[in-house]
Amino acid sequence: MSDEEVKSLEEQEMQDKVISPEKTEEAKLKARYPNLGARPVGPDFLRKRLQKGQKYFDSGDYNMAKAKIKNKQLPSTPTEKTEITGEHIPTPQDLPQRKTSIVASKLAV
Amino acid sequence: MAGPGGGSSDVQWCFSQVKGAMDDDVAEADIISTVEFNHSGELLATGDKGGRVVIFQQEPESKNQPQCRGEYNVYSTFQSHEPEFDYLKSLEIEEKINKIRWLPQKNAAQFLLSTNDKTIKLWKISERDKRPEGYNLKEEDGRYRDPNTVTTLRVPVFRPMDLMVEASPRRVFANAHTYHINSISVNSDHETYLSADDLRVNLWHLEITDRSFNIVDIKPANMEELTEVITAAEFHPHQCNTFVYSSSKGTIRLCDMRASALCDVHAKLFEEPEDPNNRSFFSEIISSISDVKFSHSGRYMMTRDYLSVKIWDLHMETQPVETYQVHEYLRSKLCSLYENDCIFDKFECCWNGNDSVVMTGSYNNFFRMFDRGYRHDVTFEASRENSKPRSVLKPRKVSTGGKRKKDEISVDSLDFSKKILHTAWHPLDNIIAVATTNNLYIFQDKVN
Repeated sequence: MSDEEVKSLEEQEMQDKVISPEKTEEAKLKARYPNLGARPVGPDFLRKRLQKGQKYFDSGDYNMAKAKIKNKQLPSTPTEKTEITGEHIPTPQDLPQRKTSIVASKLAV
Repeated sequence: MAGPGGGSSDVQWCFSQVKGAMDDDVAEADIISTVEFNHSGELLATGDKGGRVVIFQQEPESKNQPQCRGEYNVYSTFQSHEPEFDYLKSLEIEEKINKIRWLPQKNAAQFLLSTNDKTIKLWKISERDKRPEGYNLKEEDGRYRDPNTVTTLRVPVFRPMDLMVEASPRRVFANAHTYHINSISVNSDHETYLSADDLRVNLWHLEITDRSFNIVDIKPANMEELTEVITAAEFHPHQCNTFVYSSSKGTIRLCDMRASALCDVHAKLFEEPEDPNNRSFFSEIISSISDVKFSHSGRYMMTRDYLSVKIWDLHMETQPVETYQVHEYLRSKLCSLYENDCIFDKFECCWNGNDSVVMTGSYNNFFRMFDRGYRHDVTFEASRENSKPRSVLKPRKVSTGGKRKKDEISVDSLDFSKKILHTAWHPLDNIIAVATTNNLYIFQDKVN
């Protein structure tokens, strides 16, 4: 950008500042991102908004990611002592309770 | 002159309680996503990003301390929603609770609706303070007795026990929303409710989970023509046929369900004309309405957009009757607010019990109150520094000019990560609940 162009842009900015701070901010944004389209809220923008949420490759990918988080958060649980091996046919009462680990909210302390 | 919900010039707001961890380490699950008083104000519910609901109950006023209104203590807590996976789209469905709405109380139990992005659940919260004892065929610990050992018979009796509060899911309203649910609203008929996502509004009956009626559909035939989305929706507090929904373009549409089954055509369209000379890149974004709330009277509605709160008279569609600037000084910061995404923050707003004062949140853990009668506004801060019991809140001020007065804070010093998006006002008294990122502050007016 030549000196004259910079000067005229500054003058325009000063004028805009008098008119509206919004337009000044817009000029700032356009200067930083010259490829920015004229309308920020077009169909593409809205469609991205409609599809918010993390996309995974498939359910296996999702469950792996969840398992990783769970491993980080929870201390290792002690392994249950099972006497259920070999010929013994397990009944529902014999199986260890599979408890979903719920971390209580800190507001409820 | 103190009256319930009196003007803010009479009221002296004091710190009452703060809930949640006071350390700086905030887990994402602890981020509070919704706050709501029930219809009597006795119960206060919060939802968080981890899908949990915590309900607080106000202690009855003690005769020893008549000047203190009862404190809110934990009444019940439960996991409302769990994270799910949409197999068809390979998308995660967040467990974050977007909204909680209480049903009016009909019997001893309390009911509330809680929703995440896709599923609404009706929860029943009931108390148990008695249990039967003295069974003939069961021991006290629950083990069964051999009938042969029973020699005498007795009649089981109910004995008092420690209060137990149980929350159970009574209805699950699922699979009705392709897009993300942003609002739920219980109808004044106490039988139906609406749920709104980005493009559609559905009507449900509280008893029926396998069916819902679509009453608004703004999805264009060609998604390339999509220009606006639904941002909030609410039923009228008294007229069971009337509801409103707001859009990302700053418009509010009032619909009458008596007119037709599908309310795509509005009965009224509320839109403030824009000065085309002032239009900028940011105009549409900051005009997007993040919350809409009817007044208790049903005569007015309030909308919140990025920089202001507007009060509309339902009889006048052309412009709001009152406009309050929440943080006008941010207009000259829009560039950086766009870059850090803060410009997309969705602030909520609320009315006090007699519709004389409205409240909304801002940044730096500031929240603002606007007194409609006295034309007086005030800014307070929810912070640990102001957390001494019954200490009076000091009004805060943001300095906009060059000279910064003592006690004022400059715009550049504001912490934009500390945002108050959710606030609630007790339906009858001057008690407010203000949610910072992971803490719930309760403030009350000073009762002399």
